[in-house]
Amino acid sequence: MVKNVMIVGVGGQGSLLASKLLGHLLLSEGYDVKVSEVHGMSQRGGSVVTYVRFGDKVYSPVIDKGQADYIVSFELLEAARYVEYLKPDGHIVVNTQTIDPMPVIIGAKSYPENLVEKMQAKGFLVDAMDCLSLANEAGSSKAVNLVLMGKLSTFFDIPVDKWINAIKECVPAKFVELNLKAFSLGRNS
Amino acid sequence: MKELMLGNKAFARGLYEAGCSVVSSYPGTPSTEVTEEAAKYDEIYCEWAPNEKVAMEVAFGAALAGKRSFCGMKHVGLNVAADPLYTLSYTGVNAGLVICVADDPGMHSSQNEQDSRHHAIASKVPMLEPSDSAEALLFTKEAFKLSEEYDTPVIIKMCTRVAHSQSIVEKSERVEVTKEYEKNIQKYVMMPGNAIKRHPFVEERTEKLTELAEDCIFNTVEMGSDEIGIITHSTCYQYVKEVYNDNASILKLGMVNPLPVKLIKDFASKVKRLVVVEELDPIIENHCKALGLNVNGKDLLPITGEFSQNLIAKCLTGKVPYSKSLDEELPVRPPVMCAGCPHRGLFYTLTKNKVTVLGDIGCYTLGAVAPLMAIETTLCMGASVSSIHGFNKALGKDSENKTVAVIGDSTFMHSGMTGLANIAYNQSNSTVIILDNSITGMTGHQHNPTTGYNIKGDPAGKIDLEALCHALGFERVRVVDPYNLEECDNAVKEELAVDEPSVIISRRPCALLKSVKHSGPIDIDKDKCVGCKMCMKIGCPAISIRDGKAQIDKTQCVGCNVCAQLCKVGAICQGKEEA
Repeated sequence: MVKNVMIVGVGGQGSLLASKLLGHLLLSEGYDVKVSEVHGMSQRGGSVVTYVRFGDKVYSPVIDKGQADYIVSFELLEAARYVEYLKPDGHIVVNTQTIDPMPVIIGAKSYPENLVEKMQAKGFLVDAMDCLSLANEAGSSKAVNLVLMGKLSTFFDIPVDKWINAIKECVPAKFVELNLKAFSLGRNS
Repeated sequence: MKELMLGNKAFARGLYEAGCSVVSSYPGTPSTEVTEEAAKYDEIYCEWAPNEKVAMEVAFGAALAGKRSFCGMKHVGLNVAADPLYTLSYTGVNAGLVICVADDPGMHSSQNEQDSRHHAIASKVPMLEPSDSAEALLFTKEAFKLSEEYDTPVIIKMCTRVAHSQSIVEKSERVEVTKEYEKNIQKYVMMPGNAIKRHPFVEERTEKLTELAEDCIFNTVEMGSDEIGIITHSTCYQYVKEVYNDNASILKLGMVNPLPVKLIKDFASKVKRLVVVEELDPIIENHCKALGLNVNGKDLLPITGEFSQNLIAKCLTGKVPYSKSLDEELPVRPPVMCAGCPHRGLFYTLTKNKVTVLGDIGCYTLGAVAPLMAIETTLCMGASVSSIHGFNKALGKDSENKTVAVIGDSTFMHSGMTGLANIAYNQSNSTVIILDNSITGMTGHQHNPTTGYNIKGDPAGKIDLEALCHALGFERVRVVDPYNLEECDNAVKEELAVDEPSVIISRRPCALLKSVKHSGPIDIDKDKCVGCKMCMKIGCPAISIRDGKAQIDKTQCVGCNVCAQLCKVGAICQGKEEA
C-alpha cells in the first residue's frame, strides 16, 4: 500500500523543508520513500510541486492526477490548481494566504474568488487555515511550513513524539523551539 | 546505513566511493548538484569551468595523468563538449573518465528537449542510465571500472526525475585508484596517421561492449505475464512498474549504448506482444525494428514531453484513475524575475526605448514575459553576442542604432567572449549589454571566473570584465547600476547613438545572494497613490493593486527603489529598515 502526499505552493515559499521533514520521518518509520522536487527556473516565483510517496515498495517518484491521498498547499490558488491530483476521497490542507500570479498583477486576469467553497462543492475534504497568522503567532512568518505539517500530522498514524524528533533532527538548533510551536499550533487548529 | 538521497547527490557519492579525484563541470539544471555535492568531499578536487568543453578537457587531462576524473553538464552542455568527446572516444583514457549528461524531458528548465543518447551513439561511447538514486550510485562506480577496462570515456545519462528525486541508498567506503601516466604518441596524438589506426579500435570496442550488454548488471529481465513484454529504461521503468507491477514482463536497459541484440531477441521470443516505453526519441524501438522485431512504441506513446504513470496507463491500457477538477480556468503562475532582481530596471529601460533585444540563456530570459516582453530571441549559450553581429550586418543602419544583445556574466564567460571578438574583428556597430549580477543565477548561485571565488567559496582568480572587453577590441565600455533608471536610460541612448561598437556592463549582484544587504521594503503612501499603475509596468511580484491603490508585499520587497523612480506623484518612499 502506497500513500501519496503532494506539497504545492509558489517558488520560494519554503516547501523543501516540509518534504525534507516528511522524508526523514517516513524513512525512520521503516517505509520505502521517494521524494521528487523542482529545481531551476520554476523556483523563480512559479508554481512548484513536491511529491512524497511512501509504502512497502515505491516505484514512480511522481504523483499523477487522481492519485494523491493528501495535498498540502502553501497558497490558495495553487491548492485549486492541483486539487485534481487528489483521490476523490482525498484531503487537502490549505493555507488561505493569497499571492497574485503575474497575469493578475498586470491586470490580464483576476484572482479567482471563493476557491475553498468551490473545492468543497466538488466534494473534496478541505481544511482551510490562516497559516500565516499562526506562523506569526509562533514567532516567524517563515514557519508556515511547520503549521501545515502540524495539520497534516493529524491524518497520520504516527505518534506525535516521532514528528517532534524528526523536527529536531531536520531544523537548525536555534529554530527548533519556534518550529515546534508552529507545528503544535497547526496540529491543534 | 540507509539514507534518503537526491539522485544527483547519490551520483556524487558514487564519485567519492569510486575514488574519483578530479571534477570539472559547468552548472546546468538538472545536473548541477552532482558537482556541488562532490565539492563537499575533501578527497575530490572540484571546480566550475567556464564551459563544458573546458570541463571535459580538464577531466581528460586528469584521467590521462592517472586520476579517476569526472565532468558533469546538462544535455545542451554536451553539444558544447561534443568536440573533445568524439575524439576522446578514439584516444580512450588512462584512469577512468566518467561524464554526466542530464536530460530534461518536459523542459522544466531548458531551451530544448534533445535526447542525449544520440551523442553516445554518434561518438561510439558507452552510456549507462540509472532509474533511481541507488542505481545512480552503483552505476557511477561501475562506470569507472568500464572506462578503464574498455579504455573509453563512459557517459551516465540522468534525467530530471532521477536527478531531482530522492530515494533510498546505502553507502560504502571510498577506494583510491591511481594509474601511472605513460607517454604514448600513437594513442594520444590524434593526427590523421594515428587517428586512422584508432578508429578500428573504437569499432572493436563497440563489439566487445555489445557482448557485455547481453549479460551485465545494467540490463535486467523481470518475467511476469507473457501477454505483454515491455522494453524500457530510466525513470520510464518506474512508471511501467507502477502501472503493471508483475502483470507484464519487463526488460530494463540500464546500458543504453550499445544496445544488446541476443538479450532483446530472446526476451521478444518469450512474450506475445512487444512494446518499447522510452522518453523522447525511438532509439530502442528503431534498434528492435532493425532486428526485425514486431514492436509498438511511438505509434502508441508520444515522442515529446515527459512520461508519467497515467500517461503510460492511458496509452497502453486506456485506463486512468478517476479525477475531478474545478470547472474554471485558473490564472497561470509562470516563473518571474524576483523582487529586487537587478535585471528588471535594465529591461524596463530597453522596453521604454523600444529597443530590439537579442537575448541569451539565464534568469534574464524571463525578460521575455509580460509585462516587460523585452527579449526577442533565446537560442543557446552566447548566441546573443554572435547573432547581433549578423543582425546588424544584414540590416546595417536600420538596426544598429536600436538593437542590443544582452548576456549574463557567467554566460559571457561561457561563450560570449568569442562573439565579442568577432564584432571587434569584423566590425559591426553592435551594442552588447553584459548583465553582471556577479553569480551564475538560474542554476542556484554558482561562482564563475568573474566573481573572484571558487566552488568552495574560497578566494580565486577574478577576470576583470571591463579590461577583458577593452582587450577584445572595444573602446567604449561603461558600467551602469540597473537600480538607477536615469543612468540606464542615458547609457542605452548614448551607446546606441554612437557610430562604433560598445559594451554596457549593467552591474548589481543578484538580490537573492545572502551576501547582499538590502535597505528594507518600501512604503506606499495610500493618500498620495492615485492608482495610475505606472509602478506595475516593471512586473515586480511584490507590487499589486488592491482597492484601486498600489500595495507592497513586504515579505518580498527588498527596497530596490526602481518602482519609486516611476511614481509620478511621489507615493512610493523608502521604508524604515526592519530590525
